[in-house]
Amino acid sequence: MQDLINIFVKSIFIDNMIFAYFLGMCSYLAVSKTVKTSMGLGIAVVFVMVITVPVDYLIDNYLLKPGALSWLGAEYATLDLSFLSFIMFIAVIAAMVQLVEMVVEKFSPSLYSALGIFLPLIAVNCAILGGSLFMQEREYQSIGEATAFAAGSGVGWLLAIVGIAAIREKIRYSNVPAPLRGLGITFIITGLMAIAFMSFMGIKL
Amino acid sequence: MSTDNNKKEPLFSPKNIKLLTSPVNMNNPITVQVLGICSALAVTVKLKPAFVMAVSVIAVVALSNLVVSLLRNTIPNRIRIIVQLTIIALLVILVDQVLKAFVYDVSKQLSVFVGLIITNCIVMGRLEAFAMANKPWQSFLDGIGNGAGYAIILIIVAFFRELLGSGTLWGYQVVPDAFIELGYRHNGMMILPPMALIVIGVIIWVQRSRNKDLIEQ
Repeated sequence: MQDLINIFVKSIFIDNMIFAYFLGMCSYLAVSKTVKTSMGLGIAVVFVMVITVPVDYLIDNYLLKPGALSWLGAEYATLDLSFLSFIMFIAVIAAMVQLVEMVVEKFSPSLYSALGIFLPLIAVNCAILGGSLFMQEREYQSIGEATAFAAGSGVGWLLAIVGIAAIREKIRYSNVPAPLRGLGITFIITGLMAIAFMSFMGIKL
Repeated sequence: MSTDNNKKEPLFSPKNIKLLTSPVNMNNPITVQVLGICSALAVTVKLKPAFVMAVSVIAVVALSNLVVSLLRNTIPNRIRIIVQLTIIALLVILVDQVLKAFVYDVSKQLSVFVGLIITNCIVMGRLEAFAMANKPWQSFLDGIGNGAGYAIILIIVAFFRELLGSGTLWGYQVVPDAFIELGYRHNGMMILPPMALIVIGVIIWVQRSRNKDLIEQ
């Protein structure tokens, strides 16, 4: 249990998707104009992340890894399908986003209207695919660890986008040099926030 | 209907040249269109991986633009996103295998970021905005141009980060030892992720103060 909490906290603060790996920057820059919409997108990302990463974990471990097919019989044990992982992961993500969209629409129309256009956009959010690829690269031991990692990364992303949205709402009233207005200052603030987040690096987990 | 036009228009007509050059400066995918920042910045600590990444992205953007443009009349509109993603994923797998075969150490350094070219917004953005509506040759040029615009930013960022952060370029030392004896120190900050963002912010600042049209209100 302690391992899971460690992975969760580590992926929120130390390996933050935005501040340490720059994943999901496109939607981070495009949708962070107001706190309310960025909250909606952030929740949608956490939601999809927690579903897709464990599914990709199962696919990786029972279909793609070298020797993963041994449950089919001894003659399949030597197969290595890992070169297919990109196409499998992106297919899972696209399919899951579609599925999640349908389920949410059916069972919780209020959440569906709150998430609105953000759900389909998530299919091309690098943070989601990045989550699956990091999960594969870091070789988590169990599906529980993979889920904790997914939840942590999603929450970290949510924190980052809500934080920058709050700052951008305030900075509208500041006198920023004209060429820096909009995109430029957002980059620089993100850099400063990333420096602040680096202070978590010293924590041993 | 298009064959006549093709005959009249030379391969490198001024319009086509413009497709190639405008994304490099005035319509840069990173600093103006705000596409494809996602997978880019983490690979800019050193010049060499940044260069390899840039070449891979140019290849993927140009080829996927070409393929999608060839298929544009046969792709059903409703499932186009998944068709495009499949084509991109296929090309990225090819690039990944080529990198693993020929530059294994760089491919290890790039780790997941090669795979992330799939969700790089430049690729999807150009497919949606250009290749679905234009002829193959123009789409190919557009892909090369946008890839090059991305490459330039990547290489500028990597140049400054490697020069100031570790005093080397392409792995060779350029800051002379005499400087270091005099008390010059490498700026360790430049190697860390936050500086990539700040360097891009400064590039945008410089570009926008030279081109006043790009300033946001």
